[in-house]
Amino acid sequence: MLRNSRLILAHLWLAFAAFGAAIVLGLWQMWVRSPFAAPLASSENYFMSVTAHGSAMGYVLTTFFIMGFGYFVAETALSRPLPFPRLAWTGFTLGIVGALLVVATVFSGRATVLFTFYPPLTATPWFYVGLVMVVVGSWIWCALMLVAMAGWKRDNPGQAVPLAMFATTANAVLWLWTTVGVAAELLFIVIPAAFGWTQAVDVGLTRTLFSWTLHAIVYFWLIPAYIAFYTMAPQLAGGRLYSDLMARISFVAFLIYGLPVGLHHLFMDPEHATGFKSVQMVLTVLVAVPTLLTVFTVCASMEIAGRLRGGRGLLGWVAALPWKQPLVLATGLSFFMLWFGGFGGLINMSYGMNAMVHNTSWVTAHFHMIFGGSVVIMYFAISYEIWPRLTGRMAPSLGLQRAQLWSWAVGMMTLSLPWHWLGLKGQWRRVAQFDYTDPAISWWTPWMAMSLVGGILLVGSAFLFLWNLASFHRAGRSAEAVPPMNFAVALHSGGTPAALNGFRIWNILVLVLMVAAYAFPIAQSFIVKPPYAVVHRVDRTN
Amino acid sequence: MAIDEHSVARSERRWATAMITASATLLAAIVYASLGAHITPPSNSLETVDPATLHVAGEFVEANLGTKVESGGEVVARIVTAQFAFQPACVVVPQDTPVTFRIASPDVIHGVMILGTNVNSMVVPGYVSRVRTRFQDTGDMLMPCHEFCGLGHSQMLAHVRVVAKADFKPDANGRATCAPE
Repeated sequence: MLRNSRLILAHLWLAFAAFGAAIVLGLWQMWVRSPFAAPLASSENYFMSVTAHGSAMGYVLTTFFIMGFGYFVAETALSRPLPFPRLAWTGFTLGIVGALLVVATVFSGRATVLFTFYPPLTATPWFYVGLVMVVVGSWIWCALMLVAMAGWKRDNPGQAVPLAMFATTANAVLWLWTTVGVAAELLFIVIPAAFGWTQAVDVGLTRTLFSWTLHAIVYFWLIPAYIAFYTMAPQLAGGRLYSDLMARISFVAFLIYGLPVGLHHLFMDPEHATGFKSVQMVLTVLVAVPTLLTVFTVCASMEIAGRLRGGRGLLGWVAALPWKQPLVLATGLSFFMLWFGGFGGLINMSYGMNAMVHNTSWVTAHFHMIFGGSVVIMYFAISYEIWPRLTGRMAPSLGLQRAQLWSWAVGMMTLSLPWHWLGLKGQWRRVAQFDYTDPAISWWTPWMAMSLVGGILLVGSAFLFLWNLASFHRAGRSAEAVPPMNFAVALHSGGTPAALNGFRIWNILVLVLMVAAYAFPIAQSFIVKPPYAVVHRVDRTN
Repeated sequence: MAIDEHSVARSERRWATAMITASATLLAAIVYASLGAHITPPSNSLETVDPATLHVAGEFVEANLGTKVESGGEVVARIVTAQFAFQPACVVVPQDTPVTFRIASPDVIHGVMILGTNVNSMVVPGYVSRVRTRFQDTGDMLMPCHEFCGLGHSQMLAHVRVVAKADFKPDANGRATCAPE
């Protein structure tokens, strides 16, 4: 068992508690939007629920899972104690108090602004303060990851930082950069307005600052899945990592290109002209490259495993892989969904073509498939893999774990394919109730029913996941010892360039790119001085 | 199993070249679509308007909303999106004619799309959104607000009525409205 099992379990259980509650809300929201009458349906409840679902999934599940998994990697990959564990608990405490503030403000109906805020709509300040506390808690985690990696490098001069830790630290660095945008928006504009210190805001500036965060946050969520692709799946399949160097290049590319691309979320906005939209569109094309490199390296690593297990021929190695291993299965399912999600993403980034899909169900479908599908399924599989190390108990049933992963993937496809289609046909977003008597809308009914079936499958799968995790804790201490955590070994080791063993030059490059991509779009607000919009308070009790 | 370092590096170089080529092709297609075929995002330059006063002075006063054939012959539809309605709730436009939408918000963020067309834009208070299009088919089309603007968002819905050129009859001031049915 690990020294920091309790710390890690606290983070992961908080993440999955939020997940379990949020997914039930998600299903209820689909029911309300569907042609079938739902209980408690009202605008107030619906948008309150959307705010809670988005905040819980996007901020709580992700942030706490990533922190907990990061602490796990730091202890296991570096084989040394985590520095300053008490500080880590401070970060957790800040985060949980923040999360509880968010829950309290949202469910008292004082923060119905959705999880992306939309100023000049303004909630009670305590909603934003809660979110800031979650972010500040995660900054402590970032600092601890940097300290842990630096300490290991000091004691192992000239050696390459283990890939899992290098990638985790890359994510910490990425997250520090990512949160600058939303932190500036909240601290300088939204929170002063929420407290009533200012009465009007520059809406274009708030959107620009939020866009800074909006795309890179997705890579923050996704990197743990990529860590599992590179360092856990090949190991469990009995193979080798094809190329350690390529993996490092991919993680660095996410750090560099994940950030200066946020304006592609504002293609349809009037506060930016064509110039910087197209600059960031070009950079967005580049961010597809690390994923395409990952697909190759991970497939090559799995091919090594399949051939070592006796697989022959062009594709015989695929059948020879140990699909009974939940994490190997999850990697296959995740890649399957990544094709659809990646394809949808290419449509979204295609500049003028974005007009076909902007703010339609296509976009909702896209991020559910790529985040809820490709990424969260890896959160499940990672949990199944690390829980024995955290509890000292082996899984009672791998079959139930596989059933859970399959039902999640099938559920996510059943949920999001109809949404893609309806979005392409113009179903618009964030609506509590459609008028199904309108002939332009009535034909949606079977598609809405199909996606609702997907939602039911997902809720069932989520409960099975929580059940599977709980059964570790219920199980008696197993007779067989839990094997130690090993990450995949590269086919060829050594020869890691110093530049790919740290982040200094990459940070400089990020700075240069962010200045190039964002200096003018932000400065524009101070040059043009656009008229402000009066704050609209949704917090009636204030 | 022997895979030497050189063959690993060679295979990766090949793959990276193929993927960079694929990405460059995609980029070339997007650049062609924008520069060659003019498929670009709306509002291609910055135009501001004060949300606090747009209803009392300027082009977005109530009397000036709706469809108007400007002196140069350009068909312009001016719309104000406000919690939780479009003003006007029905916009009439001629078929197969270039139409410019000019949209502004006096309160919060809204979004506009016209189902079955490529018209799609955010409406951000402080700025004027502009979309140019040409409608292919006649008929009534839904024009909902697609961005969360408050609890009444779901009810914020308008229509665009596309009529044959011959049926598009602006008055002496160049104004056209949806005929009541």
